[in-house]
Amino acid sequence: MTATAERPATTIFRRPSSTKGLWSWITTVDHKRIGIMYGYAAFSFFIIGGLEALLLRIQLSQANGEFLTAGAYNALFTMHGTTMIFLFVMPASSALMNYLLPLLIGARDVAFPRLNALSWWIFFFGAIFLYSTFIFGTSMAPVGVDGIGGVDGNLAPGGGPGSFNFLADSPDGGWFGYQPNAGPLYSPGTAMDYWALGLQIIGLASLVSSVNFLVTVLNLRAKGMRLLRMPVFAWMTMITSFLLLFSLPIIAVALFMVTFDRQFGSLFFAANAGGDPILWQHLFWLFGHPEVYILILPAMGIVSEILPTFSRKPLFGYSAVVFAGAAIAFLGFGVWAHHMFASGITPVAQAAFGLATMTIAIPTGIKIFNWLGTMWMGRIRLHTPMLFAIGFVAMFTIGGLSGVTHAVVPSDWQQTDTYYIVAHFHYVIFGGAVFGLFGGLYYWFPKITGRLMNERLGKVHFWLMLLGFNLTFGPMHWLGLQGMVRRTWKYAPETGLEPWNLAVTVGAFIIALSIFIFMINWFTSRRRGRESGLDPWDARTIEWMAPNPTPEYNFAVPPVVTSLDHFWHLKYQEDVEGRAVRVADADEIVANIEHEQLNPSSPIHLPNPSYFPFFFALGLPLMFYGVIYHRTPWGKALILVGLVISLAAIIGWAMEPLEEPHGGDGEPADHELDDRVELIASSAEGGGGPEGRRAAPGGETESGDD
Amino acid sequence: MARSRPRLVRLGALVAVILLLGACSLISSEDQPLTTFEPAGPFAERIDSLFWPVFWIAVAVFVLVQGAILVIVFFYRDRDGSKEAKQLHGSPKLEIAWTIIPALILAGIAVPTTAAVFDLTECGSDAIEVQVTGHQWWFEYHYPDADITTANVMVIPAGQEVCARMTSDDVLHNFWIPALNGKRYLVPGQTTELRLQADQPGEYWGHCAEFCGLSHSLMRARVQALEPAEYEAWLAGQQAGAVLPVEGDPEYEGYQVYLNKQCIQCHTVRFEDDSASNIIAPEAFNGPELTHFASRNVFAGATLPGEGQSREDALKDWLADPPNTKPGSFMPDLALTEAEIDALIVWLESME
Repeated sequence: MTATAERPATTIFRRPSSTKGLWSWITTVDHKRIGIMYGYAAFSFFIIGGLEALLLRIQLSQANGEFLTAGAYNALFTMHGTTMIFLFVMPASSALMNYLLPLLIGARDVAFPRLNALSWWIFFFGAIFLYSTFIFGTSMAPVGVDGIGGVDGNLAPGGGPGSFNFLADSPDGGWFGYQPNAGPLYSPGTAMDYWALGLQIIGLASLVSSVNFLVTVLNLRAKGMRLLRMPVFAWMTMITSFLLLFSLPIIAVALFMVTFDRQFGSLFFAANAGGDPILWQHLFWLFGHPEVYILILPAMGIVSEILPTFSRKPLFGYSAVVFAGAAIAFLGFGVWAHHMFASGITPVAQAAFGLATMTIAIPTGIKIFNWLGTMWMGRIRLHTPMLFAIGFVAMFTIGGLSGVTHAVVPSDWQQTDTYYIVAHFHYVIFGGAVFGLFGGLYYWFPKITGRLMNERLGKVHFWLMLLGFNLTFGPMHWLGLQGMVRRTWKYAPETGLEPWNLAVTVGAFIIALSIFIFMINWFTSRRRGRESGLDPWDARTIEWMAPNPTPEYNFAVPPVVTSLDHFWHLKYQEDVEGRAVRVADADEIVANIEHEQLNPSSPIHLPNPSYFPFFFALGLPLMFYGVIYHRTPWGKALILVGLVISLAAIIGWAMEPLEEPHGGDGEPADHELDDRVELIASSAEGGGGPEGRRAAPGGETESGDD
Repeated sequence: MARSRPRLVRLGALVAVILLLGACSLISSEDQPLTTFEPAGPFAERIDSLFWPVFWIAVAVFVLVQGAILVIVFFYRDRDGSKEAKQLHGSPKLEIAWTIIPALILAGIAVPTTAAVFDLTECGSDAIEVQVTGHQWWFEYHYPDADITTANVMVIPAGQEVCARMTSDDVLHNFWIPALNGKRYLVPGQTTELRLQADQPGEYWGHCAEFCGLSHSLMRARVQALEPAEYEAWLAGQQAGAVLPVEGDPEYEGYQVYLNKQCIQCHTVRFEDDSASNIIAPEAFNGPELTHFASRNVFAGATLPGEGQSREDALKDWLADPPNTKPGSFMPDLALTEAEIDALIVWLESME
């Protein structure tokens, strides 16, 4: 970090050294700062996606609503879904994983810190690219482009009463992008290209971080942290990373097919030329269903941390919870066609996918019952994180049960494409993932700020959100079964759907109010919240052995783990009845460890910041803008410019020195294996340099795990 | 913490009242023409009878889990004098139980599910065939045996199975008459089948359920089930051509508007004098056949006339500016004068 010695003469590159200001954020490779950036970005998109939802709900609060035009409505529901899934829940999970994963397993950083920065910047630029559709996108074919235009009368988004028609020039094919409606013939403008290519970029970000997290979990665990001693959140991070690794290539292929259909005249999904629109659905949902578990598993991990802490008991059936998570992920790849029960697939396929879907209820049930078992006989403290965790269990159960009702295939023929489905997946993703994420934010807030969030405001937030959530999504079950179809801009007054729609809209505004309260709480507590000290929740896991707020190096002395819930067992023993008895104070424990083991002569070695992840990522949206406008000369130029920037960044990445050197302990060979050395540097031994590698706890941590 | 409890109780009571009110109105599906709870034929009934047992099992699990949460939180909440918790790590017996019991329940659900899937998917051999084609944004019905084509309102005989063989002219659509069966996609380039049967004569509402573009929400459908004898009469009536208006007839002017204002480019009318008919090839772009326009009680994708609107007013609005009612409509604003619209209505309404 503090580079003073002379640099090797072989390189013109130097690593940045700012620790404050904008450049420090742009060049940082610290997993915590990256997590914070992910978090703020995700929350911003949560607000945007929420505002989109409120506009939709105003339109639907009355039968034959005249608030939005049809084009604006379709654009808003498309962007609401896309935003909430890809730009809110995924990066919000990523924020917590980034911040916490190394802390949970006792590491100093992730395995590939620069790769971590790269995935964040790819996400950042991808999100900006996707949202730039509101400025640059069109839903009509450009004048003078032949062969891809639809029939004008059909596509002019104007007409009909309503406002916000300027939004109609945005992606309006749904977040699911069903072909051929979202294809070149029926969505001829550039908006759906922004959608497809934007998701392509964002998917790349997740793919990069999935590899990074996997290697981190497998290689960087602290001494003694066997796989089955890992906190469940670390487990779920690993499982989620596997899901990302295997499912993202599928959507990448599908999105490239769409882009080729749209831009280069391929005919993958064009029925009139022998293409198959249903193929898109198979590919989309083969990604899309694992995606559901990508959204929910991190939250399950968070809840599995919170419930034991506030029940003052170990997680009930730890290994069952872990393996149930793995089972859900595994089965999640075999159920995609339950999104397509109405598509005319054969009865054999329908029955098989229906049965496969039902089996997912079994591991899910195991988790729910084990969470109940964790609270049972506990000593439950209802702090805000616990309320959210309990809310998660309660609301997610409802989503799971409605899920079983549409695993019953013929029932699903009635339910699919209605508001019943909208209710179901909001209970899973909002009632599940979002409640879990909020619980995690309240729980780990001290790790970020060194302060606690206000309990009173937190509770108001929870109860308002629970009320608003149920008022919003509860009646949707009923609306769907009364025949309200999804993605509907208007419904007729004769359908009798109006009263409950009004209630739903009121509920949506209550949710908005609760989020507003959360924001007040967050920003006031950040500066003025009560100081948390080391261990505010009397927690069980080792991330609480690092100071709050977490210093850049995480642990002064990386812990040596001897059991599951290691930190708890340092603090507590069991009496003859099996009840916990406190034997040591948290601060004393940590102070003792540092006193005994801290070696001042061996400085803590951390990875150096780098410019290149930022610039590598910067090139991607430029290339993709170029693809959209590749028929024009400046479009071709953009592809080239983007390519040059990214390639230059790759070269810089490869050539930059391992660190601003401080004593020549890096062998020349290690420069080529830059990231591997960083990995070693941030490993549990903490020492740094080649010694660190030799002494790295490879044998120690990896033996006996499997 | 103790102080905040009464407030929580009050909040809880509020939620309970709201849920109770909701439950009360749940009982009634009256005046909800798209409800799935009033099955009117054997296929929808089969689905309905499959839904309720699963629903009640779900309710039981719901009560079990939510009840357990409430009870556990009530009894094991940390109070003054609470002892530290026993450090239980799990219970293999319990965990095996809550793995196996749900598996058995699901197996119990799976059997009738699978049977219903196979029973409900393939059309019966003596079913009446109706070919359904989805268009942005209306449904077309062709009766191959009688060789007639109509739109928006599908007429079927009560008490007989109808096999809808469906495809799409453009994007994906999804044909759904909740009272008669679940839904099925209409896929361009493919044919899908859906069994329909109404036990009693009556009108059943439907909707396109797959997002199909700008006016997806205005792509609706009706099924009219008639007594078999009435159905035969209807078929015969539809097979007859329209009367060709001659100069001096009140319908003549409207017919001239049809001929001269581009309507004829998209809308087929079969006349008694067949040489006057313009049969538009199916592969060409076309709109609903108008031969028996007046026999259909709804038009414009079964969205008009709206509630409280007279048929004549609805027609006037529609013909004056179709995209204003139905954004993106292929039927453009033809800038018809009021006189032309009135004349058109006279002619259209004469074709029963």
